[in-house]
Amino acid sequence: MSSSSRKSILSKLRQHQRPKVELPNLSEGHWIQYDDPVAQLQKTLEFVGGSFHQVENVGAIENVLANFEEWRAARRVLSLVDEVTGNVCSDEVATPHEFEDLDFVVARGDLAVAENAAVWVDDRQVRHRVCYFITQYLILVVNRDSLVSNMYEAYQRLGQPFPRFGCFISGPSKTADIEQSLVIGAHGCRSMQLFLVG
Amino acid sequence: MAVHSFDHAQQSNRFVQNRERARWHDSALWFVRQKRDRQASMIPEWEELREKASQIKAYTLNNLADLLEEFERQATRVGAVVHWAAHAEEHNQIVHEILQKHRVRRIVKSKSMLTEECHLNPYLESRGIQVVDTDLGEWIVQLRDESPSHIVLPAIHIKKEEVGETFHQHIGTPEGNADPTFLARAARHHLRQKFIGAEAGITGVNFAVAENGSIVICTNEGNADLGVSLPPVHIACMGIEKLIPRLEDLSVFTRLLARSATGQPITSYTSHFRGPLPGGELHIVIVDNGRSNLRESNEFHRSLHCIRCGACMNTCPVYRRSGGHSYGTTVPGPIGSILAPAMKPETYSSLPYACTLCGSCTDVCPVKIDLHHQLLTWRGELAKERRIPVSKRWSMALASIVLRNTRMYQLAGWLGRNALRYLPRFLVYNRWNVWGRSRDFPPPPRRSFRAAYRERNQKRRERKPSP
Repeated sequence: MSSSSRKSILSKLRQHQRPKVELPNLSEGHWIQYDDPVAQLQKTLEFVGGSFHQVENVGAIENVLANFEEWRAARRVLSLVDEVTGNVCSDEVATPHEFEDLDFVVARGDLAVAENAAVWVDDRQVRHRVCYFITQYLILVVNRDSLVSNMYEAYQRLGQPFPRFGCFISGPSKTADIEQSLVIGAHGCRSMQLFLVG
Repeated sequence: MAVHSFDHAQQSNRFVQNRERARWHDSALWFVRQKRDRQASMIPEWEELREKASQIKAYTLNNLADLLEEFERQATRVGAVVHWAAHAEEHNQIVHEILQKHRVRRIVKSKSMLTEECHLNPYLESRGIQVVDTDLGEWIVQLRDESPSHIVLPAIHIKKEEVGETFHQHIGTPEGNADPTFLARAARHHLRQKFIGAEAGITGVNFAVAENGSIVICTNEGNADLGVSLPPVHIACMGIEKLIPRLEDLSVFTRLLARSATGQPITSYTSHFRGPLPGGELHIVIVDNGRSNLRESNEFHRSLHCIRCGACMNTCPVYRRSGGHSYGTTVPGPIGSILAPAMKPETYSSLPYACTLCGSCTDVCPVKIDLHHQLLTWRGELAKERRIPVSKRWSMALASIVLRNTRMYQLAGWLGRNALRYLPRFLVYNRWNVWGRSRDFPPPPRRSFRAAYRERNQKRRERKPSP
């Protein structure tokens, strides 16, 4: 059934040729550059509901986190960053459902984009990708030299090999589905903090 | 005689009965349009992005067969299973078979206009499978047994008090509580258990990348990601037009989509799935359902560029004042008014008339679809096929005769001027004058333009005697 539909769809598409159009060369685009990408990142992240911190080194992150009541009260913390202490080991968890009661996830972002505060995470640092979404609070750590201005540069840097799963996360989960009132914390994390290191 | 079984004007009449609600709906959408404008104006290369997006989509449609095959090859290589469905029924059968094979009874679904188009929910529910829509807006309309009235904001037509009432009935929130934060939290809490208990997750697809076989899904709530990272089976349903050739093309579309849709710089989550979860299954169902026909149309093929941002709805003066349900289609608004008559002209021939031809939709469309031109073209097509009401057909035929004949035109002008001045109101404004139902003609001029012009020339000649 399905294979005959495959054949009929493809042959129908081949029957009717459309006039030729070239695929545009995106490397020639005038994509936005920021004089101060860090300031732009901070401004945009705060606009989308996230919090921004800049620290000298990864070791300083825990000191900043200690100021947050949620962090001090947290019971289950999964940290994928060596310098931040956690108490859940990702590899020992057999099914993703066991992450149900995670309070915090601390993870590395490979890349941050100034124009939209998107941070790239993928499944190379963690066995169960659900941790990015099921946790109540999300902390992402990005090196200063992994900050780019726009999405074109971002996709150029992601390069090869492309992971099995990767996600741009921009701020906490949110919804405005009830009368356009913005509510932070829909199904994913209820807060998202970004630490830019260096 | 009814030439179309669904009449937009009739349906929207119901919507505008409640003037206060109609005004509220209008301003809620205009607010979203303004947010879009602020975001678009922050990007100096906005027009360049639109142009590139349009070119990429045109290239994709031209080479669709090759690109679909490339996508299938790449997706299969990384472990996905690709299915092909010629129409909605076949799509539903494929999804059901996959679920049956895994003995799935409970699924969570994130927003997908394609599965709405195919009416997947009732198909599965009638076969004993529990389907939970997890996008908050979609869940609200699901609980209320309605359909989405907007493709990005499914519950834009519902007031918070009504949401409070619905939640009180279904999940036992306190009666009378209509606080959006409280209600959204209650939904989060309730739906968490649905995510945990689901045996499969169904999603739509925003973009499918031919070059590396990955699919991209954009949400703000994180519901798609939760829904497909817990259970082992992920079924992703996509129309054939969702394809893009290269990974880097995403750098154009992810910049346009959320800015155009809700005025955000990007959605909170832009997830790239290349193959299944470790140990899981990823099924990708590629659906035609009339799209390959539309692709062959010289007039309307560009409507397949649509990335479903909803910007044309938010800006449309008719949509804002008539509500999404008045279109009777899965995709309402200007883009829906092009797509629906292409699929079912016998039902949806009134939709191209739900348009003032103001062109605002064309201005905001991130992939440069010439929406209002296509709507005008539709009217021509429908008139040729005699799919417009007799009243309109006759009045147009009459107008055509009058406008071609000078004497007739003069006579019609004289009749009009005098009728409006001397006839009693009930003879001018009655049930045959559809135009005058909610507006009055301006006061008629004392004489025709022709007479005024003649008089003006006469005076000039008198002032300046010719040499």
